[in-house]
Amino acid sequence: MTLLHTVNKSPFESMSFDTCLGYAKDGSTVLLIEDGVYAATTGNSAADKIKNASGVTFAVLGPDLQARGLENKLADGIKVVDYEGFVNLVAEHDSVQSWL
Amino acid sequence: MSSIEVNGKQFEVDEEGYLANLNEWEPAVGEAMAAAEDQTLTDEHWDIINFLREYYEEYQIAPAVRVLTKAVGKRLGKEKGNSKYLYELFPYGPGKQACKYAGLPKPTGCV
Amino acid sequence: MAVKKFMYVNRKAPYGTIYALESLEVVLIGAAFDQDVSLAFIGDGVYELTKGQKTEAIGQKNFSPTYSALGDYDVNKIYVEKESLEERGLTLDDLQHLVWEDEDEDWAEKDSIRLVSRSELADVMAEQDICLSF
Repeated sequence: MTLLHTVNKSPFESMSFDTCLGYAKDGSTVLLIEDGVYAATTGNSAADKIKNASGVTFAVLGPDLQARGLENKLADGIKVVDYEGFVNLVAEHDSVQSWL
Repeated sequence: MSSIEVNGKQFEVDEEGYLANLNEWEPAVGEAMAAAEDQTLTDEHWDIINFLREYYEEYQIAPAVRVLTKAVGKRLGKEKGNSKYLYELFPYGPGKQACKYAGLPKPTGCV
Repeated sequence: MAVKKFMYVNRKAPYGTIYALESLEVVLIGAAFDQDVSLAFIGDGVYELTKGQKTEAIGQKNFSPTYSALGDYDVNKIYVEKESLEERGLTLDDLQHLVWEDEDEDWAEKDSIRLVSRSELADVMAEQDICLSF
């Protein structure tokens, strides 16, 4: 079973991101969307947590990152996907867990 | 939504006559809206309408009358930067009326 | 009417929720009442001011340019909390440069943003008559 996790809350405002990381097993993907994209930026505590979560793939929804003006703050190792890429991720995994 | 016809083209407007889609605006729409309110648009009117469009383009809002007055005074001269001048041009209120002709939404905070 | 000190406290990121836009609209409407207005951006609220926001792809209105109009509305005390920027890996350079023009000094441009520490901002907050939180 491979899971796609989505997080749509800021890591500085909600525990969703931390909780998600606790449940993300090797081989799973965490997709950051909406205010969740702030976790994909450099120079903060979320960036360190992503670096330490080996075995998990991280992706971020490009349009949401762009909207927030943070494209140039994207941390290394995070794949940017568009809406089509979002759909592909859903299709590639066995199921989706949305951490609202 | 209702619509108005200008030069054979339909333009959607809201219940108060403001253009629904500001990208559809063209000068003829402003002329037609003014004509419907028995107003003829002079160069002085167009100075204000064009200013409002530029302001919206830059800041994504229609300015409050107080802001418009101050900005017009700075851009077009002190003698035009007062509400008397602006209300003479747009008797129904420079915010409401000029914004409508400019294809902008009603100014934020304008009742 | 006596002038009161109003502070609008912005604590939410833009677009994910409606708070940031609602706050901005209330500030613009409230500016008509000639009060002593200041804005504070703390926590995720600092994200409201990032430059380079482009919202076409998410189908929402980009309201970030409107912050530049605040000076025209005589809203020129904009406090940004230093700790909140640092916790998020941001600096003032990541934010829009907001200015106001001083009519009394031949429209000289002056900075609106004041970078303050949490404890400094707490002092400013304590001086307010009214704090509105978004």
